[in-house]
Amino acid sequence: MKKTMNKTVKNNMINYGIVIALFVIVQILSGTGHLSRLLTGLLVPLCVYVIAAISLNLVVGFSGELSLGHAGFMCVGAYSSALFSHIASDIPQVPRFILAILIGAAVAAVFGVIIGIPVLRLRGDYLAIVTLAFGEIIKNLINILYIGFDEKGLHVATSAASLKLEAGGKQILKGALGISGTGALYKDVKHYFFPIGIFLVLLTLFIVQNLVNSRSGRAIMATRDNRIAAESVGIDVTKFKLLAFTISAALAGVAGVLYAHNLSMLKVSGFDYNMSILILVYVVLGGIGNLRGSMIAAIILYALPELLRGFANYRMLIYAIVLIVMMLFNWAPAARNWRARVMEKIKGTKNKKEAA
Amino acid sequence: MSFLSYLKDGISLGSIYAIIALGYTMVYGIAKMLNFAHGDVIMVGAFVILTAVTKGGMSPVLAIVLSVIFCTVLGMVIEKVAYSPLRKASSNLAVLITAIGVSYLLQNLALLIFGADAKSFVTVIDVPSVSLFDGQLVIKGITIVTILTCIVIMVGLMLFVQKTKPGRAMQAVSEDRDAAQLMGVNVNATISMTFAIGSGLAAIAGLLLCQTYPTLTPYTGAMPGIKAFVAAVFGGIGSIPGAMVGGILLGVIEIFGKAYISSQVADAICFGVLIVVLLVKPTGLFGKNIQEKV
Amino acid sequence: MKTWKKALSLTAAVAMTATMMPVSAFAADDETFKIGVIGPMTGDNAQYGLGVYHAAQVAAEEINANGGFNGYNVEILDAGDDQADPEKAVNAYNDLLDKGMQMLCGTVTSGSCIAVGAEAAEDTFLFTPSATAVDSITSGSNEFRMCFTDPAQGTKSAQYIGEHALATKVAILYDSSADYNSGINDAFVAAADENGLEVVADEAYTADSNTDFSVQLKKIKDSGAELLFLPNYYADNALILQQAHDAGMDDVKKFGVDGMDGILGVENFDTSLAEGVMLLTPFSATAEDEKSQAFVKAYEAANKDEVPNQFAADTYDVLYAMKAAADAAEITPDMENADISAAMSEAMLSVELDGLTGKAKWTEDGECDKEPKAFEIQDGAYVEMD
Repeated sequence: MKKTMNKTVKNNMINYGIVIALFVIVQILSGTGHLSRLLTGLLVPLCVYVIAAISLNLVVGFSGELSLGHAGFMCVGAYSSALFSHIASDIPQVPRFILAILIGAAVAAVFGVIIGIPVLRLRGDYLAIVTLAFGEIIKNLINILYIGFDEKGLHVATSAASLKLEAGGKQILKGALGISGTGALYKDVKHYFFPIGIFLVLLTLFIVQNLVNSRSGRAIMATRDNRIAAESVGIDVTKFKLLAFTISAALAGVAGVLYAHNLSMLKVSGFDYNMSILILVYVVLGGIGNLRGSMIAAIILYALPELLRGFANYRMLIYAIVLIVMMLFNWAPAARNWRARVMEKIKGTKNKKEAA
Repeated sequence: MSFLSYLKDGISLGSIYAIIALGYTMVYGIAKMLNFAHGDVIMVGAFVILTAVTKGGMSPVLAIVLSVIFCTVLGMVIEKVAYSPLRKASSNLAVLITAIGVSYLLQNLALLIFGADAKSFVTVIDVPSVSLFDGQLVIKGITIVTILTCIVIMVGLMLFVQKTKPGRAMQAVSEDRDAAQLMGVNVNATISMTFAIGSGLAAIAGLLLCQTYPTLTPYTGAMPGIKAFVAAVFGGIGSIPGAMVGGILLGVIEIFGKAYISSQVADAICFGVLIVVLLVKPTGLFGKNIQEKV
Repeated sequence: MKTWKKALSLTAAVAMTATMMPVSAFAADDETFKIGVIGPMTGDNAQYGLGVYHAAQVAAEEINANGGFNGYNVEILDAGDDQADPEKAVNAYNDLLDKGMQMLCGTVTSGSCIAVGAEAAEDTFLFTPSATAVDSITSGSNEFRMCFTDPAQGTKSAQYIGEHALATKVAILYDSSADYNSGINDAFVAAADENGLEVVADEAYTADSNTDFSVQLKKIKDSGAELLFLPNYYADNALILQQAHDAGMDDVKKFGVDGMDGILGVENFDTSLAEGVMLLTPFSATAEDEKSQAFVKAYEAANKDEVPNQFAADTYDVLYAMKAAADAAEITPDMENADISAAMSEAMLSVELDGLTGKAKWTEDGECDKEPKAFEIQDGAYVEMD
């Protein structure tokens, strides 16, 4: 038992190590001017998607539920925090940003509970479609929201005309036009978004890894492996599934906060089921229940279309083909056997050499 | 009268969802996978018809036949290359993601071949409208054709599955793959046939979709595909009559939502109703309740 | 299994290193100006991005034949595809900078332009042919625009309808999930009253349900509207016109804005459905003046007979306005982006362009000051109204 515990601890440490090592490498490269603009611009979004992928893996990998509405939680986190940043523009930037992160996480967590309670009664594909439905509902409703504020306080309406702001009032959320200029509110903090993002990635890893290795985590995995058996030994299945779902939602909210503040333009149409699916692709490709895999897959797959820009119109086609081939290579039993055989051969020759 | 008129519009929209959902639900029932690329096969089928009629000068009937054959072969190829290697994978999520990859692939291929510009679809099926109550209620010919096609396909599929030998093989594969194999059913061939039929139906769905809403882009299939997926779940995914009922109900709810509540949140209303239905009946309207075993 | 993971990480490492490669290969070139185009080249809105990109190439070729920018040739870099997504637009912007971009023609869509605008402010000269949202160019003094803003289009449409007494009862049908459409709608509604218009129906649809308009059209028909305002792009409008015809609304006048342009070019579209449609747009591909004719001809020759739309025309003008500014500012390709940007921005204020889309001047905010043109579709062609 002790030995396996050590192994998990070691494994967790490797994960932190990879993140920190990547951070150090990037810092050195950027310090010496070897980092292209494209990659510099990708750093914060990469953090966003790594956080999103790790948090989704908690639900898909450890709790065993297929969720297709993860973008919905990111969306809620992004909008609530961006609204807060605009309204509370008097607070100094650093505490304001910390508060924004907390608010994004909290609001997403609340949505996680609200959605989780009904959704987690369902199973399998039905659960998947309902999470997709919630994601689309969130998108659809935010799309008609108009929010502004003036001396009298906050105004909320469903059309620009009925907002009725006083002179000097500021319109923050403009329906389909979204929220713009959030990044400009953080002129001093903006340069540190990448270190902040790395810190949030580490925090996410810390939360998820500790949860998974805790008593609750083992209960969550027991409900995944065999719901009825777990129930029969007295595990409150709904409670533990809800716990995983809520924490996952809160972390997705954090990813949303980072997304909203890094871009100067927040549009709800980006948070559609395609984005949820994109994050799911990272999780599945990286290995269900494998946090390191999620991180690596998120980095590769997010960067891939950007690196393929040289192929112009063919890049999305190539992306699709690469995705299919990688899935087949990574998941097909035949490919796995083939890989195992090749590995054995390589090892075999190595052993022979050593013997000789 | 507006109520009747809206009802008619709802059924018209719903029949389109229904015909797409039929293909979705059949593939799901037998292969146990959500074929996210189904909507894109619909788009491909529509492009084949459009190109055959406008560029190839073919007669509509010939073009439809060509499109059905093309999509059938396409469906079988996709199944063989992208899905069948993953049939024994340790997680059924793997094939779901691959299906998404296939969906991207078809969309981007179509984009490269046909360009991004929306094209108007030519009228292939010309059936006169039916006018009721002194012209107060006009039912479009294509709506009647769609509903009739839906019913024919639904009945045909049910008869096929229940009465013929390959159909019963499909049922067996759906119930228990390993047991079916032991009983001498060729599982691979059966699943391949399921995809062939499902994709052939997609070609017909593509035709009817583009006759009702005559516009075509590489992304035309995506959203109706998702809506039809919702419809299939609504009716109980895997159930053939469920797909038909689910599709029509979804169309009616969407139109009533637009008419009586708000056209801006029609989608939210649709999805909201779906959630309520699933909470009351967790396997959809016609879904089978599978007993869990320890 | 483990080795496989290692292989995966290795691939990742290789991929990362590949991106980190210093980009000196692109930089040192003092002979040509490099101009970037960012817009949707794939995805739902690809026709707009491609229109802009192709027109930029046509214009650049012409300009190079006539002395280039201040005597230097211009090169249009490979298009930066953003799929109309702000996040991808910023990535495309950074990528183009790596490739040596010195001036930006774009972005094409509003949301992307706001995001890129914040990055380009006071750094890289930004000139958008078609981003209509007000905030698209408000981040810096080095950002300019060729098209009308959403509010300007909404207000000018209301004025035009009021002044020409086209109708008093108007209805609107627009895509509420898109910024362009809802921006125009909001401005039109706000300006309706003072122009003597009564909005009897303001109906919306969303991008997720943009095929069936039966309910909205029925409500509009029942509202007794004399004119239907359609501030949407032509692909949606083609379907709306078809369904309005089916619903027996031929006697209701239809009025569109620049997004309506292109409707006659939709493949297989029955142009008789668009008969009598009026639109405010800066450009007509069937216009008979020499300049338009030459442009349409060059564009069609370069792009497999594809007819240029207003996006393409605006882009063509953008390139010529840039040329005028570059000539006046006497910039050279060896200058830093920020210096080019500052010099161009100053020169822009005195540029007067007699372009395809009309006579244009620019204000300090970067807004284009030009008159909209109103057209009516008669016998499948635009006829200019007064």
